[in-house]
Amino acid sequence: MSGHVFHPGHHELHGITVVVETSGDTTYVGRFDKEDDERAYLKDVGVHQAGTQSWEEYLDRTMLYGVKVEHRDLVVARGEITSVRKLTEVARS
Amino acid sequence: MYDPALVQPMRDETMAMGIEELTTVAEVDAVFSNHSGTALVLVNSVCGCAAGTARPALRQALSHDVTPGKVYSVFAGMDTEATQRARSYFGEDFQPSSPSMALLSDGDVVMMLHRHMIEGRSLEDISADLTAAFDKHCGTRV
Repeated sequence: MSGHVFHPGHHELHGITVVVETSGDTTYVGRFDKEDDERAYLKDVGVHQAGTQSWEEYLDRTMLYGVKVEHRDLVVARGEITSVRKLTEVARS
Repeated sequence: MYDPALVQPMRDETMAMGIEELTTVAEVDAVFSNHSGTALVLVNSVCGCAAGTARPALRQALSHDVTPGKVYSVFAGMDTEATQRARSYFGEDFQPSSPSMALLSDGDVVMMLHRHMIEGRSLEDISADLTAAFDKHCGTRV
């Protein structure tokens, strides 16, 4: 079953853990599922709110210990999203 | 829960590597309640996005000169209770993900390869992460 994919034909980020930054105080980290014209759909999502733990510390801890899931499924309006990047790429930068 | 017949080839793939699969809480406890030495635990998964690379990467890493004393697997989404119990031995700080791999030394996690460190990466890169951890934490295989 090496390389076997159960769900072909999805978005290129499908199944990838991403950092979704928004125009507000909230950053989401979770597995990208899909998107449509209006929304992005994430799974197993952790949340960072500005004003609490620093953004960098939150991402460092998430890299080390994994995503602390607060929402099994989350829908984010595309109009609120300012960037979607892979967690591993954000953490390296 | 997936169709067991669909998942069996993935179990077979790990067993062909000589990995001992733990399917019950009792089996997990028997191994880890008082574990000494080094052990790698693969939290197996049906997800082709990541597990489809994780298993062959592990197979390649296990051909390295230095490897853990024992290698085990639990199957997330299939053997749920055994997987949950195995994760309890990883400690509270580590969040569950699958596939993932934990390297333990005398019962403590010394390296965790989370799902986000597997997905989208090449087999060679994942294998290199594993062999680097083996070199750092495991003795030479006799």
